[in-house]
Amino acid sequence: MSTSRIRLGADIGGTFTDVVLEKGGELFSSKVLTTYSAPENAILDGMQQVCKKADVSPGDIQQIIHGTTLATNALIERRGAKTALVTTTGFRDVIEMRTESRFEQYDLNLNLPEPLLDRNMRYCVTERMDASGNVLLPLDMNEVDGIADQLEKAGYESIAIGLIHSYVNDSHEKQVRDALAKRLPNVMISISSEVSPQMREYERFNTVVANAYIKPLMKSYLSRLEDRLIDSGVDCSIFLMHSGGGIISIESAADFPVRLVESGPAGGAVFAANIAARYGLDKVLSFDMGGTTAKICLIKNQTPKTSRVFEVARTYRFKKGSGMPISIPVIDMVEIGAGGGSLAHVDSMRQIRVGPESAGSEPGPACYGQGGERPAVTDADLILGKLDPNNFAGGSMKLHADDSAKALNAHIGNTLDMDAQTAAFGLAEVVDENMANAARVHAVENGEDLAEYTMIAFGGAAPLHAGRLCEKLGVDRLLVPPGAGVGSAIGFLRAPFSFEANRSVYMKLSDFDASKVKSLLIDLRTEATKFVRKCDANAEILSDFKVYMRYIGQGWEIPITLTEEQALDPDSQTYLQLFEDDYSKLFGRPVEGMDVEVTVWAVNATTPPESVARISEQAGNATAIATGKRDVFDPALSANASAKIVDRSALQMGSTVEGPAVIVEDETTIILPSSRKAVCQPDGCVDVKAKVARG
Amino acid sequence: MANQNLQVSYQVLWNRLISVVEEQAQALVRTAFSTSVREAGDLSAGVYDIDGQMLAQAVTGTPGHVNAMADAVGHFIRRIGSENIFEGDIYITNDPWEGTGHLHDITMVTPSFYGGKLVGFFACTAHIVDIGGRGFGADAASVYEEGLYIPIMKFAERGEVDETLVRIVRGNVREPDQLIGDMYALASCNEIGYRRLKDMMKEFKLSDLAGIAEYILDNSRRATLERIAALPRGSAEGELTVDGFDSPITLKVKLTIEADRMLSDFEGTSGLDKKGINCPLVYAKAYACYALKCAIAPEIPNNAASLAPFEISAPQNSIVNALHPAPVALRHIVGHFVPDAVYNALDKLIPSLVPAEGAGCLCNFQVSLRPRTDEPAPEHAVRSEVLTFNSGGSGARPKHDGLNATAFPSGVMTMPIEATENVGPVIIWRKELRPDSGGVGKQRGGLGQYMEVGARDGHEFDFQAMFDRVDHPARGRHGGGNGASTTIAQDDGSAMRGKGKQFVPHGRKVMLAFPGGAGYGSADLRDVGLVKRDLARGYISAESAKRDYGLNDSDISEVNTAIENGEPV
Repeated sequence: MSTSRIRLGADIGGTFTDVVLEKGGELFSSKVLTTYSAPENAILDGMQQVCKKADVSPGDIQQIIHGTTLATNALIERRGAKTALVTTTGFRDVIEMRTESRFEQYDLNLNLPEPLLDRNMRYCVTERMDASGNVLLPLDMNEVDGIADQLEKAGYESIAIGLIHSYVNDSHEKQVRDALAKRLPNVMISISSEVSPQMREYERFNTVVANAYIKPLMKSYLSRLEDRLIDSGVDCSIFLMHSGGGIISIESAADFPVRLVESGPAGGAVFAANIAARYGLDKVLSFDMGGTTAKICLIKNQTPKTSRVFEVARTYRFKKGSGMPISIPVIDMVEIGAGGGSLAHVDSMRQIRVGPESAGSEPGPACYGQGGERPAVTDADLILGKLDPNNFAGGSMKLHADDSAKALNAHIGNTLDMDAQTAAFGLAEVVDENMANAARVHAVENGEDLAEYTMIAFGGAAPLHAGRLCEKLGVDRLLVPPGAGVGSAIGFLRAPFSFEANRSVYMKLSDFDASKVKSLLIDLRTEATKFVRKCDANAEILSDFKVYMRYIGQGWEIPITLTEEQALDPDSQTYLQLFEDDYSKLFGRPVEGMDVEVTVWAVNATTPPESVARISEQAGNATAIATGKRDVFDPALSANASAKIVDRSALQMGSTVEGPAVIVEDETTIILPSSRKAVCQPDGCVDVKAKVARG
Repeated sequence: MANQNLQVSYQVLWNRLISVVEEQAQALVRTAFSTSVREAGDLSAGVYDIDGQMLAQAVTGTPGHVNAMADAVGHFIRRIGSENIFEGDIYITNDPWEGTGHLHDITMVTPSFYGGKLVGFFACTAHIVDIGGRGFGADAASVYEEGLYIPIMKFAERGEVDETLVRIVRGNVREPDQLIGDMYALASCNEIGYRRLKDMMKEFKLSDLAGIAEYILDNSRRATLERIAALPRGSAEGELTVDGFDSPITLKVKLTIEADRMLSDFEGTSGLDKKGINCPLVYAKAYACYALKCAIAPEIPNNAASLAPFEISAPQNSIVNALHPAPVALRHIVGHFVPDAVYNALDKLIPSLVPAEGAGCLCNFQVSLRPRTDEPAPEHAVRSEVLTFNSGGSGARPKHDGLNATAFPSGVMTMPIEATENVGPVIIWRKELRPDSGGVGKQRGGLGQYMEVGARDGHEFDFQAMFDRVDHPARGRHGGGNGASTTIAQDDGSAMRGKGKQFVPHGRKVMLAFPGGAGYGSADLRDVGLVKRDLARGYISAESAKRDYGLNDSDISEVNTAIENGEPV
């Protein structure tokens, strides 16, 4: 992927569709409103804009990489196809019974999210495997035939097949698929042993159902997009960003659309990882804050941390358990309801609460002057001097500080006996604390100490809050890259071709079967490589091997990375050592005398990461010229500070800015607290460091 | 202004303390060995001031630890003696009466020092796999048979672990490595909290927790008292009868709402059971308090002040106030029914607030598998213990149907059957909703579930049942119908009991139907659209639609045709 090529990244987000074109290392971007009825229109529109800016024609583009929230939205809004599930007799309600628990303990009126498919859309067939993959009950093909009649009559467009223990033996699922495909040639079929071959029936069935549910929609969208792009002169391959942070072919995406869920945020993490590589940083915390949510991700050794399962479509204040689990390889991100539009109120304990409810863009925060009456994070930012009311969004919109003050007084100040500025201080501190807590918990869960980390902040609201967040987390360094408003789309251009294949197979280390391990990992590598090969016929393909291990009796598995040698010449002693090392790092000490087991095996096939030239870092040589001063509240000092105003576009390589200061640009504002100083790096990143390192 | 800024700091500090205890709890979930901890969240973590007042507690899977944990640290301070509290100490107990209700819960407390001065305590509790004795079950006749008792004592003094204690524990339990592992996990979970507290005190330049403690407790007390003051004053009685072990148990409660407190008095409740389903008061109190907090002050976090206005009294050696040495291992069975009893009283004082009765206690069972003994067993046959958690239906709410197969009041999760079958040679042949089991009503009770349990070829097993509501189904409220009862039998029709260990021969299955929640309001008032939806989804049968909800034959066939044609109902 040489930089001399012309490539296009397109990210369809909830509000905006971002398109970025890269030509000879230079980036051209556009932002247009997402066109829900025909999402491809926004891409076409954005593409025309960037082509014009870059002075190229669509026919010159050599590669297009696309990511989209359409799959996620279809799940959230329940806009999928007419879908049926075929499952094992006795297990009709797995996707409805969930975990049999309430995700909110104290709400007597709690309702659980409805399953994607109502009970009458779930059909049962007699068959059964045991946990080792032995057939307990043979598949009844007559029943399958009868089900085919019913499915045909009811006119389903898409079918999911999920049978018990199919992750260990997929033969019944395949037989059902073949029989149904023969009878119902126009119906799309997804099987759980291909979509998500992992143990735990609720997660696996839900994942295959989600895949089937969005498949017709995504397939037709992708083929429309392809046609439209060809019509407009594009003559190159189109690839899709997947949730695991790599790219796959458009055909693979159409077969496994559930892997596209969360592709936008994954692009953001890849964007941050690429900057980490530029600076040679091994421990990075990416912080993306927009209008309604903030996302936090750990990036170690320039690779975003991944996970095997995540939750989509949370219905209840972003609460864990209130959505549906999707078990696919995914970049591990914490998302909380904290953004510029998040609304605040005071609860019965006189505590300020912020989010997850958001003012959205209509009416927006009170300061938009569009009738918003409740205070949002942006209102607090304005009152604290972090935003310039006359120069918001490049001066395209005037903000009303008096409306912010009114909202802050009415909903916080009057109740707590605070003036508007203190109310704003309280609101901002609470939202920053919420984000800091989320980051801390995520770090602790991963056995990491954030004091060793560098933060990379992007998204419209992040630079306003990142400085304070660093103070709270004891993070000494913060990078604010340029182009942060279209970070995900840029990230698409930095992602490798990749595909992760994984499978649940339980194996005790005391019962370790080296030849079985070797052949399993080789199978997984072959499967994963096949997907990558579809994208590029010649590229070198690397394999990352990972196993998930735990002490027998524990419910929590630790991912252990293996070298190729450890994977292909496995021995239990090495595996035990690797596990105990990581376990000790996470929890202080190993547990003596306990047997250890491997539960999941995973291979990620990937093209080599783009080689990234290291930045020659500047220490700072000239003080940037301030265009003025304004009072900005500094929460660490609990007082106003007179902050210099510096124009980001005027910063040159090596320009320095001492906090307290604000660095303004059209899309956002970087706040430098009194404790920080910044240097502009050669790539345009604003490099913010603590004046006094924590040491 | 300075005072206002202090207010802002307190806002942040309270948030931070809650985050610290959540983190403490998460660390435990990841490292504990007990199935009930990792799958069911049967654990708790909290932070306390130097007087032992709880300031914050993690919200975990079981409300049973709510008050129990809150009171525990006070007992530790009293037993250890404040002159014997040193930096580096860690305290331990599994006392059912001064801890959390049975020997299977270990509580550990760590004093926290800052600048050489005691500033507070961290405590955490987890259900452990085994504590010796007869093993986990209702079979003991006294607490002495239920396992090793560890009085409140030092697990470590000034950083030195008491190896004598460790050796005694190791010598008395079936899974010593796991238990010692769990004890260290508990200690290190307190350590995580302790470390974060020190960071916080440094960041905010605090020398003690007095200011933030007062702020938390004042605001919590005021908010709770405001809620109570807004309620109508008065007294009402509630009553509930359940199966018990050998003979039925009646829980009687008189609930009194006063200006500044709510009192639950269990006078008239049944006496002790001979078997280990008795409940120490601290645990019954936790569930009474949980029920009331859900109903009137759900968003107020648990701490010493927010819990204080909820008082409980019960005659000594009634089943909700079992004293030493009563057997208490399965105290959750009675504890899980306390909310239904309290709601039966509260409904008379405040209408349209509380749900109808539900399945109540969890439908848990343990399967002890072994190679068949009636004939030569195949070589692959093994011994194995498999514990599962399952739920019946919850009671219908004033404005919503009950939840299908969902735990209440407990907050536990079930395990995937694929995971269960990986633990041992058990086969779960069926686990799905039980149509027609939800009590009829304007709002329908939640459905229970069917399960069928057998073993892989070559095995027989003992089935330890822990079910209730076999003879006493959940009763409807305000004209709603009863939920369906629990049923249990073998597949050849042989009868089985709802509680206790029972033998199941090779090749046989246990057929289970778990109870539904009760309905709320008259079935005549149920929305016809919802009746049709329930019929379409098979939550109710055509017979029930006709008999209970008055749907006519043509409506029924219309629904059936629509479903066959794939049309929405």
